[in-house]
Amino acid sequence: MPDGTTLNAASQAAAAECFHCGLPVPAQSNWRVAIDGSERAMCCPGCAAVAQTIVDIGQAGYYRERTGYAASAGAAGVPPGLKLFNDDPRIVSDGDACEATLLVEGIRCAACVWLIEHRLGRMEGVEKASLNVATERLFVRWNKDKTSAADILQSVRSIGYTAWPYDAQRHSAQLQKASRTLGRQLFVAGLSMMQVMMYVAPEYMAGGDGTLDGDMASLLRWASLFLTLPAVAYSALPFLQGAWSSIRARVPGMDVPVALGILAAFIGSAVSTFRGAGEVYYDSVTMFIFLLLCSRYLELLARRKAASALERMQHGLPESASRLSGWPVSRDSEVVPAGALEAGDHVLVKGGEAIPADCVVAEGRTSVDLSLLTGESAPQPRAVGDEVPGGAVNAGSAVVMRVARPARESTLSGLLKLIEQAGSAKPQIAQWADRTASWFVAALLLFAAASFAFWWWHDAARAWPVAIAVLVVSCPCALSLATPSALAAATDRLLGKGVLIVRPHVLETLHRATHIVFDKTGTLTEGRPTVQRIAPLNGASADECLRIAAALEAFSAHPIARAFTASATAAAADHGMAAMDPYELPGHGLEAYIGGRRHRIGTATFVAGVAGTPVPALSGETGTVVWLGTENRWLARFIIGDALRVEARSVVAEFRARGKEVVLLSGDRQEIADAAAHQLGIEHALGNCLPGQKLQYVQGLQARGAVVAMVGDGINDAAVLSAADVSCAMGSGATLAQAHADCVLLEANLSLLAETAHTATRTMQAIRQNLAWSTLYNVSAIPAAAFGLLNPWLSGIGMAASSAIVILNALRLRRIKPWKPSTY
Amino acid sequence: MEALYLLIPISVLLVFGALWIFFKASDDGQFDDLSGPALRILQDDDR
Repeated sequence: MPDGTTLNAASQAAAAECFHCGLPVPAQSNWRVAIDGSERAMCCPGCAAVAQTIVDIGQAGYYRERTGYAASAGAAGVPPGLKLFNDDPRIVSDGDACEATLLVEGIRCAACVWLIEHRLGRMEGVEKASLNVATERLFVRWNKDKTSAADILQSVRSIGYTAWPYDAQRHSAQLQKASRTLGRQLFVAGLSMMQVMMYVAPEYMAGGDGTLDGDMASLLRWASLFLTLPAVAYSALPFLQGAWSSIRARVPGMDVPVALGILAAFIGSAVSTFRGAGEVYYDSVTMFIFLLLCSRYLELLARRKAASALERMQHGLPESASRLSGWPVSRDSEVVPAGALEAGDHVLVKGGEAIPADCVVAEGRTSVDLSLLTGESAPQPRAVGDEVPGGAVNAGSAVVMRVARPARESTLSGLLKLIEQAGSAKPQIAQWADRTASWFVAALLLFAAASFAFWWWHDAARAWPVAIAVLVVSCPCALSLATPSALAAATDRLLGKGVLIVRPHVLETLHRATHIVFDKTGTLTEGRPTVQRIAPLNGASADECLRIAAALEAFSAHPIARAFTASATAAAADHGMAAMDPYELPGHGLEAYIGGRRHRIGTATFVAGVAGTPVPALSGETGTVVWLGTENRWLARFIIGDALRVEARSVVAEFRARGKEVVLLSGDRQEIADAAAHQLGIEHALGNCLPGQKLQYVQGLQARGAVVAMVGDGINDAAVLSAADVSCAMGSGATLAQAHADCVLLEANLSLLAETAHTATRTMQAIRQNLAWSTLYNVSAIPAAAFGLLNPWLSGIGMAASSAIVILNALRLRRIKPWKPSTY
Repeated sequence: MEALYLLIPISVLLVFGALWIFFKASDDGQFDDLSGPALRILQDDDR
């Protein structure tokens, strides 16, 4: 059947991408949903469920209308804590009606908006649902008696979006209001600028040749005065207020000459208008205000984006816990918010769940995956009485734990603090610019006064315009914008790529860094055990051995077991092998019957117990060795190790090409560290490092004058991360490490680090260009204004052009080509 | 030319009128979401 094969081939080609989210569909998987009459392949049960729901509620039209793939639904189910949101304080209720603003994630295109609004609009009890696309906020009003917040969140989730109640009070209400006010100020300034330009035009065109009669000139001036009034009294408020507060604090800031320039020009013009003689500068004033506001607005937009990215991170933490109030008498559990746990409470943590607070095991034994917290790949066994930090994942069976510290004091609260401190600090180079600027401003004010005095004595009629020209032309704004605008553009660009700059000095210091120190586990490596090599023995097939091993290890909760099950699914999803009568000897291995034959997997001596001696010879290998054998036969030897990240090599090469020294520090044995370093092309590798030794090493480097950038991911790295000049944490790493780190890679992908370094270099270039330009401009323009060569409107244009050049140069950073691994 | 003596004051008033309308619209949330309505109008509601 030739037709059948071509059709099959075509459908397989189409099956390469998930119809819902566009991710590749794993081979051998079979998740399908009928959409508009044709079967579509899905990459995971999550996407399949979402797609099925969308079809079932009769909104398959979404797939016809959309212009981009949806966000992957992933394997994450509905969290049990959803119904907690029914009593969430962020929901405002008014009689029967409730209102809430939800933060929705995963909006990709217009069809998403339609889908969400329709899904909620058709729910019984929902009165209004409107989605703000710009801010990704969903406003919902519903009737309390007919539906609940949990149902609404659930139905948004069922179509593949994540929604969270959103604390408008605390987070962006202020930012939102600031942006609205600034938008209005900008509009007023723009309108008044355009209108004033029109009133001024006749005067410029007449050029004082007498074609414009006195009455008309005076009328135009009065009209300009009225239209400049709102610009000065409303739009210029940020500068006037800024100037006033900096004068009160006795640190003259950039706003002072700006405010003085605006006020002097306006008052001077108003006086001329009343007297009916003299110069007016209304056009300069309004243009000046409008252009300055434009740059402020850009800055605010960048800040708003940064704030929303931080807010998302916050939701990555477990929000709920199952509390056993009556333990040990009763085992009834209730779902409570993680924040409500107090020391001494007992909680049930099922396998795969994150531990909600710092706890002590009270019943049962399990292994916990601390890789989130310590970066160590091997899950640690924990028995009654052992302490487990919050945020660790229970990798074994369900256990009862006693809360040792409330969640707000544990590692979980680190992120919230991070959010508050982000953005409040200023990078050194900006602080330097600020300090310089206050001297600059003081000198400038003196200079303006001196020029005024000189001209007053020399030619009194020109004293006023010259003083205004000096104040306006001097562009402290170019100086003050030079750094922040470049940093804002770079930070924004990096955020888009998945790098969160927590402390603003990152770009500057990363650029200066002489040494890049990497932690090994979880940073250069994947941070979890994987099967690195299979050595079949006695003619067994590698695939077969892996399947047998996976079938055996399916019974084990041991961390290494996951290495087998994971790689077996990758190799062949359908292993179709069932093991019977499993028996595990902790610390040695596991035995089970497959096809009636006894198989063992584990240490050499344990397997030798069934396979018989002698143990096959072992050549020098790094990593853990696991043996597999059956009755009277050795089957295979597996080398389990922590695989290096694919991109690690090119990233290391990139840093070396930039002339930075790359160092590897590891808590593992020296030969493992050496092997990894050799593979990656790193010259210096130090194994057997305790956290204290890592710290000493970094401090030793610093004592010799090195600028150290540290990349790590665990609690044991926290000290060294804060000691380093600049530190970077992997996004999959511990929250605590993130709180100590200056920058966070939101995805566990090292190329983001290279991207950051690349952007840092370009940003510093742009900052230097900006500073050089604004210095050059000020040095040449201010004397020119003082000698009376520039009149106020020309000064205004010069200053505006200077600011615009600086901002445009900074915005260029958003468009630079992304970093690509070169072929080394 | 005399007409200008009337027209210029009127133009000033018009600008203030425009500002007033703008503030009212801004208070009503007209400018809060500038991209959503453009997307929404493309969708057919009948399905």
